[in-house]
Amino acid sequence: MGDIILKLQNLEAGYIIKQGDIKAVDNVNFELKRGEFLGIAGESGCGKSTLAYTIMGLLEDNGRIFNGEILYQDKDLTSMTENELKAIRWQNISMVFQSAMNALNPVMKIGNQLIDTILSHKKDFTKRDAINKSKEMLKLVDITEDRMNAFPHQLSGGMKQRVMIAMAMILEPDIIIMDEPTTALDVVVQRTIIDKISDLRKQFNFSVIFITHDLSLLVEISDKLIIMYSGQIIESGLANKVYNNPLHPYTKGLMNSFPSLTGKLQDFGGIPGKPPNFLKLPGGCRFHTRCPMKQDICSKVAPPLQQINNDHTARCHFVKKGN
Amino acid sequence: MKYVLRKFFWFFFALYIAVTINFILPRLMPGDPASVLVNKLQGVEEGSMEAIRAAFGIDTDKSILAQYGDYLINILKGDLGISISNYPYKVWDVLSKALPWTIGLMGIATLFSFIIGTFIGIVVAWKRKTKVANSVLGIFLFIRSFPYFWLGLILVYFFAFKKPLFPLGGAYSIGVFRGDGLPFIKSVIYHGILPGLTIAISSMGYWMLTIRNNMINVLAEDYIIVARAKGLPLTQIMNKYAARNAILPSVSGFAMALGFIIGGSLLTEMVFSYPGIGFMLYQAVQQQDYPLIQAIFLFIAIAVMTANFLSDIVIMLLDPRVRDGGKK
Amino acid sequence: MIKDMLKLFFINKKAFAGLIILSLFILMALFAPMIAPYGPKQNENDGEKFPLMASPSSEHILGTTNAGYDLYSQLIYGSRVTLFVGILTGLITTFISLSVGLFSGYLRGTVDDVISFVNNVFLVIPSLPLVIVIASYIPMRGVLPIILVLALTGWAWGSRVVRAQVLTIGEREFIKVAEVMGEKTVIIVFREILPNIISLVMAIFFTSTIAAIIGEATLEFIGLGNISTVTWGTMLFWAQNNAALLLDAWWWFLPPGLFIGILGTSFALMNFAIDEISNPKIRKR
Repeated sequence: MGDIILKLQNLEAGYIIKQGDIKAVDNVNFELKRGEFLGIAGESGCGKSTLAYTIMGLLEDNGRIFNGEILYQDKDLTSMTENELKAIRWQNISMVFQSAMNALNPVMKIGNQLIDTILSHKKDFTKRDAINKSKEMLKLVDITEDRMNAFPHQLSGGMKQRVMIAMAMILEPDIIIMDEPTTALDVVVQRTIIDKISDLRKQFNFSVIFITHDLSLLVEISDKLIIMYSGQIIESGLANKVYNNPLHPYTKGLMNSFPSLTGKLQDFGGIPGKPPNFLKLPGGCRFHTRCPMKQDICSKVAPPLQQINNDHTARCHFVKKGN
Repeated sequence: MKYVLRKFFWFFFALYIAVTINFILPRLMPGDPASVLVNKLQGVEEGSMEAIRAAFGIDTDKSILAQYGDYLINILKGDLGISISNYPYKVWDVLSKALPWTIGLMGIATLFSFIIGTFIGIVVAWKRKTKVANSVLGIFLFIRSFPYFWLGLILVYFFAFKKPLFPLGGAYSIGVFRGDGLPFIKSVIYHGILPGLTIAISSMGYWMLTIRNNMINVLAEDYIIVARAKGLPLTQIMNKYAARNAILPSVSGFAMALGFIIGGSLLTEMVFSYPGIGFMLYQAVQQQDYPLIQAIFLFIAIAVMTANFLSDIVIMLLDPRVRDGGKK
Repeated sequence: MIKDMLKLFFINKKAFAGLIILSLFILMALFAPMIAPYGPKQNENDGEKFPLMASPSSEHILGTTNAGYDLYSQLIYGSRVTLFVGILTGLITTFISLSVGLFSGYLRGTVDDVISFVNNVFLVIPSLPLVIVIASYIPMRGVLPIILVLALTGWAWGSRVVRAQVLTIGEREFIKVAEVMGEKTVIIVFREILPNIISLVMAIFFTSTIAAIIGEATLEFIGLGNISTVTWGTMLFWAQNNAALLLDAWWWFLPPGLFIGILGTSFALMNFAIDEISNPKIRKR
């Protein structure tokens, strides 16, 4: 692992809507090293996608960065102009989007969609160079070069997603953000895609921020894990530590193994209830409305993100006692 | 190829249905159109009655199926009977004089309106947050709510009557003839401007709104976000990614829209006394010239269905998914 | 769901504007005898004949026709039949579109195939010419044939949209659950599916009402309506047939068309608002 390449400091971002401001990313801090694989997990609506779009500088018109910094190689992305951002986006930080099905323009050959990416950034490339580069990238994700002329609908879901990975890698960025890249795919294809990402990362030494609602995907492949709930980081640490010793009740819930309070063994099908509405956040700990270990203090005092040991933090009143 | 065949088959089938409706309608109607025809046809030469007999079932002992058979054969032969209001001319002769005017006027006006309306719609969707875009949208919504013929009346009133910039009606000046060459063409263009404008202005709103809504839907698609993230130039995103996809529903809706536009254009011709099939339909309705009404309806149906077929073909060329039969 | 829709509808500026305009027209129609200075076919007052073809004056705000009728009064009374025909036709068309679309989309199979086929045929047959053909065969000239003809030729577009929507909704979980629980088809269609397409139904109603208003005016303008009733369409018919334009009688043909357009705009505004509310892609951005 190398130097720190991306650092988020007190990042607060979200959307301004009629009913008020939504802070979908609330005071998020983390560091990403070169070549590191960071997994971010949480239910839909926990702000993880907003986090990805914020880092990319792709928030919608009503999106705002309220506070904080995004430092890419010590340069703050939040204070950059759109043109400065354009130079970094995709060139240095690229992204694989949630739904492979819709991420490719249906009326354009995939080759052309790879080529236009290169040509809009590399001014010294000829069309010929761009074609060769595109073929080379496709080969890396196990797609034969004759598929350059295929239209997106002629490819399977897994192939489309591999094309998207090739597209994200084509400018050889330092960081690739992957927002639920495997959600729409079946389990076997998921596996091959994740293995592919893992291989390529070792080969090219880029960093990955992998966002998913499915914690089990992250466990083997991640170096570090972050669990988000309602816009906040509620647990983070080295992947094996978080996995082997989850501290926050929510993390345990995500792993489908809530400890029973009454002592009887019983399975929880995930976590009952829904994540809170950002416009009506509960007081105290944001998770207390759904927490099986809820005490009086939980609805009154918001717990801070506490350092439990070197590589492990959690946001819960009871982690010390429980640990 | 299968796709083309299927569309081709559908084209003929729809046509057949239209022809059959034409046959059934006068028989279903309460007023007994046949007896009206009989009255009007008194003294008409026996020989020219054949086609009308079959089409309307006037004093004939033949069974309805036999009438239907005769009717279909007559249609295939192009024999649509005689026009009552233009006796002794055949319906087809009357119709073929009017056709070029309508096709020319409406074709050009529709083409302009499609291109300009689509272009405006794309820009309005792209700049949907601006005041200008919103007011353009509002103006079109407003214009679209008026009947074509009234817009025509207004144009005539202000630009032909109050300020005689253009002629009040007709297709060319009296005293100018087809053989005159350039002066004739000039006169035709001069006479075509106001009615053409009426059709173009009133149908433009449709194209503009359709493409605008499509654009807004397309702009929310992931591939647009990807294109933006990739750092493509804005014009490239707008043309190759957004507009290229947004135009597909416009093209496939072309035939349906054409039905409306033809309807509107018929009325426009009536206002301008333009010698196309719309004005002819107007006269035919006034004089209860059923064979002519029937033929005009049939012709319009053929035109719309042909347009439908053509737009299916264009969609096939534009959308690779359709080409592979993956999407309807 | 429906409540939320309506709430959003009423706070939407465009919908509100449309609603205000429509209410004004409805009030005008309801209280026509009170608002209009004269009857629609009154050509004298206290034994004194009205002037013929008079331009607007203080006695006749919008002048008179060549028969001496007061045009301002005609315009106000004309709103009655125009609105009645427009809205009733809109309702009938929506009802047909909805029933055909709902059952075709929900039942699928052969029923759907047959209905879709008929539907597609109706879609490609140009409706206005068909309406003119049918109307010209009917000897009876009046409001009822116009309503029937317009409704019977105008439902195809709506039912296709409804069908497409129902097909998507039918795939959703809560419908599957209702099916497994053994609910009757009719109950599923009306209780589970209908509330989910309520915005679509409103959109179809608004669109078909605009089409009906313009269609009615068109038929009457070419003389296929009952020319002795007073509507905005027949006013235009008489104006055209008496060469109002060439006599510079703008007060005769300008106001009725303007009112048709404004009425149409009010429905268009509400339709637009529905689109804004129900299409999250438009709302979000």
